[in-house]
Amino acid sequence: MIHLWLPIALVCVLAGAGAYGVIARRNAVLVLIGVELILNSANLLFVTMGSVRGDTLRTGQVLTLFLITIAAAEIGVALALILALFRKRGHIDLSEPGA
Amino acid sequence: MTSLDILFGAVGLITAASAVLAVTTQHLVHAALWLVVALGTLAGCYLILGAELVALVQLLVYVGAVVVLVLFALMLTRAPMGRSPEHSSSAVQRIAAAVIAAGTTALLAAVLLPALGGEVLTARTGDTTAIATQLFGAWVWPFELLSVLLLMALIAALAVSRMPTTSPTSPVPAETEST
Repeated sequence: MIHLWLPIALVCVLAGAGAYGVIARRNAVLVLIGVELILNSANLLFVTMGSVRGDTLRTGQVLTLFLITIAAAEIGVALALILALFRKRGHIDLSEPGA
Repeated sequence: MTSLDILFGAVGLITAASAVLAVTTQHLVHAALWLVVALGTLAGCYLILGAELVALVQLLVYVGAVVVLVLFALMLTRAPMGRSPEHSSSAVQRIAAAVIAAGTTALLAAVLLPALGGEVLTARTGDTTAIATQLFGAWVWPFELLSVLLLMALIAALAVSRMPTTSPTSPVPAETEST
């Protein structure tokens, strides 16, 4: 028995922390960390809702597995892009104007 | 308050605190390590909610692979070790970010908590067999599509990292990214 406001509060805090990281950070890798936190808050909401409304398809947990896979693919491409950016500009400071 | 409530509260508190630290710390490597703590304790939250398979996949993929990739990227981009205020933007932008983050949190809480906050969930354990049946039954085509997506991401990462640059300011060794 878990009261549902606990996981939902955690979802809200994780999404807020991720949004802060995306906006306030200058280093591109740190921006990615914020994106990961937002994705994880979505994952937690999926799992929570899947546990509450138990359906025969197990949608909540299966979609969480899919989202983890998509996040892995996303971060692979994003880090390759960041490395390409670093090779081109010599830094990955997002507040500098583009070359 | 049940015992699971207290357990989830404790683990969730660690998750929330380490997530906030991951986006506010001034050490680059510490940010990645706080991300490890946040994602690992989030796996604990999944375990408490009764989703063992998701918790294990979270540990394997996120803590095992994604964070290692992030650390690799930090090393390869010559991240300055030690404390440095350069990773966060100006004070005005940080205040704006804090306001937007608080707004996001408040908006989500205002939508989700009145709708669902009063409910109580009973965690079902031993559900992995049913998930496997559904994953390879009803969800098998999205599952196969995802493997194609992973292959595409791998090839795309390879192609991007081998892209010829017009003005190589500071060359680093060619790096192939894959998870």
